[in-house]
Amino acid sequence: MAELAAAAGGSAPTRRRIPPLVWFGIGWILLMLATALLADVAAPYRFTAYDLRNRLAMPGDPLHPLGTDELGRDVLSRLIVSIRISLMIAFGATVISAALGTLMGFLAAHFRGIVEQVVLMLADFQAAMPFLVLALAVLAFFGNSLPLFVCLMGLYGWERYARIARGLAIAAGAQSYAGAVRQIGAGPARVYLRHILPNIASTLIVSMTLTFPEVILLESGLSFLGLGVQPPMTSLGNMVGYGREYITRAPWIMLAPATVIVLTTLAVSLVGDWLRDRLDPTLR
Amino acid sequence: MTAPLLEADALVRLYSTRRGLFGRPTTVQAVDGVSLAIEKGRTLGLVGESGSGKSTTGRLVLGLERPDGGRVRYRGVDLPAPGSRDWRRLRARMQMVFQDPLGALDRRLPIALQVREPLDVHGVGSASERAARTAELLAAVGLGVHQGQRYPHELSGGQRQRAVIARALATGPDLLVCDEPVSALDVSIQAQVVNLLVDLQAQFGLGMLFISHDLKVVRQVSHRVAVMYLGRIVEEGEADAVFAAPAHPYTAALVSASPHPARRGRPRIILAGDPPNPAARPAGCAFHPRCPVAASVCRVESPALLPLPGGRHVACHLAQDGAQPLRAAV
Repeated sequence: MAELAAAAGGSAPTRRRIPPLVWFGIGWILLMLATALLADVAAPYRFTAYDLRNRLAMPGDPLHPLGTDELGRDVLSRLIVSIRISLMIAFGATVISAALGTLMGFLAAHFRGIVEQVVLMLADFQAAMPFLVLALAVLAFFGNSLPLFVCLMGLYGWERYARIARGLAIAAGAQSYAGAVRQIGAGPARVYLRHILPNIASTLIVSMTLTFPEVILLESGLSFLGLGVQPPMTSLGNMVGYGREYITRAPWIMLAPATVIVLTTLAVSLVGDWLRDRLDPTLR
Repeated sequence: MTAPLLEADALVRLYSTRRGLFGRPTTVQAVDGVSLAIEKGRTLGLVGESGSGKSTTGRLVLGLERPDGGRVRYRGVDLPAPGSRDWRRLRARMQMVFQDPLGALDRRLPIALQVREPLDVHGVGSASERAARTAELLAAVGLGVHQGQRYPHELSGGQRQRAVIARALATGPDLLVCDEPVSALDVSIQAQVVNLLVDLQAQFGLGMLFISHDLKVVRQVSHRVAVMYLGRIVEEGEADAVFAAPAHPYTAALVSASPHPARRGRPRIILAGDPPNPAARPAGCAFHPRCPVAASVCRVESPALLPLPGGRHVACHLAQDGAQPLRAAV
């Protein structure tokens, strides 16, 4: 470990500075995480509390800084709770999808033959089937609960990780470093976890930063259709969906969550792109 | 003569390829009945042009692939199946040096960790002993401690190949297969790496299989040489004897193609015809379409690898004319 530390220390002066846009991205993600963690404390009202005398209040109202919706519920409070739910779903789903896809890809690359055929067939099936249709079918059969919903979202995009992981693992194994390590006598766990995974991590992370916004949008879409997060629970997509009816009279109901969706997905993309460069020692 | 370290007997390796989506699969005999022996402290050079099956032979000999026919014995015991526990343990005894050192090293780990890795994999010694052994290995191949902390892309080609050699030697193997170890390097660096290999062989008594298409390098390191053409050994013998007086026309052509100060002005044999294609092997002697001295028998009958006087073997009807046509045991 001392060697590693020394190597890292040695290259410190050449390290590039973090660009301002990435600072914004990191700052925004941290703000979102803090909001999600502190939702109970940060929200000024309960997200279901009615204030019927102040329905459709404009943003800037002394009691409701971001205004209220058609039932007089505080938009800021609802937004804070929505961020928690949506982020939880998006993070959970992205992690599940990446782990599942990478595992399948490695299995295909390691065993080849019939295992590979089955994995590729499943991936093709997943890619060919519109995910929304699949999600509708599952939700229609099994009803809707938050854990089930997260797991379902976790199936979204796994085939991309599987294909990336399989392709890169095969390429590494044939004539390259993984083949070299294997012929040293290393077992599969060492080859895949210590050598291949770190080498392909940058590609997988970029893929995760692409999937993350998509999951947020997918969740928003399903909630908008009334199949995602069910009222009285709220989420960003849910807020956009129900705010749509008031878009001309009270656009803030919809614009507040929409802005959060846009900024969060943008921030994740910016940070992901920067991380890719940062994680690659050959680019330092 | 002592028993050889490693013996390969009549190795065959087939690959099947498919042309186009619905094409009929065709089998290619990459290696076709190759037998060889590697002795402790000696180097066998394996020469041939691209597609002659040199590298495949190297992989078969190391047990990285299973042969479709024939057997490989290490110290008199058949090699275990690739991937099995015994096979993994045997890796500590036999190692490979690759053609492309940058590809063979993990770009994300410092050199020292990678040189140390075989020790970690095979559980050799305690942590401090491994660290000491790593420093010793780096020193043995001429790399400094600070170079051990670098990443592969921060080293030069020669330094990377030294690191690959250090990693191959970590567990103290007694067999080293070098697959074109210097062909990706500059000429000036080639000499350094070749000298390093020769020194290490003298120091550790390694048996080596040295695969290369570069006759100059092979001549420098090898005690014996085997010349391959289309998956078969066409000539085999003491390196100096083979290069000084090639018995097979193909060897003669190879030797005449490599420049040599003493042979300046002598005519070069220019081979005509297509380069060998393992998928469409000619009938009879595989070399006959390009052979300057081919006779009618060469188009029909495939010559066997038969002994010549002086401990040499050759597979050529014309070269064997003087010798007794003894049927080889293969």
